[in-house]
Amino acid sequence: MERIPIIRMSKFLLVSIQVDMHDRLALALQEDLTAKINETNARGVLIDISSLELVDSFIGRIIGTIASMARVLDAETVVVGMQPAVAITLVELGMSLPGVRTALTVERGMQILERAIGPTVTEGTDAGPEE
Amino acid sequence: MNTTGSTGLRPILERHESTLLANWITAQKAAPTYRPDLIKENELRDQCRDFLRALMQAVQSGSQNVDGSEWQPVRDLLASISRSRGKQGFSTTATATFIFSLKEPLFQLLQQEYANDPKVLAEQTWATSVLLDRLGLYVTEVYQQTRDSLIQRQQEEMLELSTPVVKLWEGVLALPLIGTLDSARSQTIMENLLQKIVESGSETAIIDITGVPTMDTLTAQHLLKTVAAARLMGADCIISGIRPQIAQTIVHLGVDLSGVTTKASMADAFILALKRTGFAITRPTAGR
Repeated sequence: MERIPIIRMSKFLLVSIQVDMHDRLALALQEDLTAKINETNARGVLIDISSLELVDSFIGRIIGTIASMARVLDAETVVVGMQPAVAITLVELGMSLPGVRTALTVERGMQILERAIGPTVTEGTDAGPEE
Repeated sequence: MNTTGSTGLRPILERHESTLLANWITAQKAAPTYRPDLIKENELRDQCRDFLRALMQAVQSGSQNVDGSEWQPVRDLLASISRSRGKQGFSTTATATFIFSLKEPLFQLLQQEYANDPKVLAEQTWATSVLLDRLGLYVTEVYQQTRDSLIQRQQEEMLELSTPVVKLWEGVLALPLIGTLDSARSQTIMENLLQKIVESGSETAIIDITGVPTMDTLTAQHLLKTVAAARLMGADCIISGIRPQIAQTIVHLGVDLSGVTTKASMADAFILALKRTGFAITRPTAGR
């Protein structure tokens, strides 16, 4: 079964959804991501959905629950690059995803994550999000 | 009946053309729908003469079928007359009267022609009446189409005219709303704004509702949906230009705008947007 790759970037996790989400894929992502946050002690999760052109209420809810679960695990979630059509669909479905941070681009999303996490206890050489 | 219908009209049109034309124009001028302010008598006379000539040719061809190719010139002529009347502002009745007023003078001539043969007279009257009715209906139909297309074009123009998204600053968009927001318009507005947000990568959008005359729950809901959709994409919306009456209405209606930043004027909203993007406006000489 195909899976959505989760990339680790210092203290953040990157998820880029490049394929059409179907329900099982979304559930698998939810499971993988929570496991990965736990495993890597990630402080932030960035989900890029700029290639996602179709959503239904289930996918919308999964995005919301992923954000809530990540918060429970002490990681901030930012959803970036939502397409206008997707945004309209979600709003029409009555899902405005309260509690999920959003940003226009990956770059802005990263800035938001860094600001949200704030100064952390580092080991002197904080490499930052460049890789 | 087909052949008698044509042969009956033919001698009249051929022999009494000028009488018919004069009587017809008199009848049109006598009608209560006559508008000398909209159409000149010369123009009317030309139209009538052209129509009678085209009618004569069509009748001479022997075909009684108004939809046939022999009647094409008549139909074209009527269509152009009807269209110009529609644009000049004539009413439907006035436009249809153009054809229907031909009945009386034509019937008078028919009566003279067939005075000693009542059977033929009745037949001819019926055939002519049917013919003119069809032409009259055709005129009305074209008139209606002209008006419909006019209304549709105006609606489309209004839709385009009313949804400009302007860039105020790097990362700040403004959407001045003017006029009543219905579902179709607010859909277009929402799509336009979201598209522009993506294209320009703007993080702040100011929706100015100074030009929105009334606010009801539906309008408020459309606004809130737009704001929610923009937020999902990562952009913040500021609603500005809320007039006192509208503020009262919003509260009375119980619309919850607490999740949205609102400002009284566009200027206030712009200052806030600049602050959020990290800019500030200062007067170079002042403050020193």
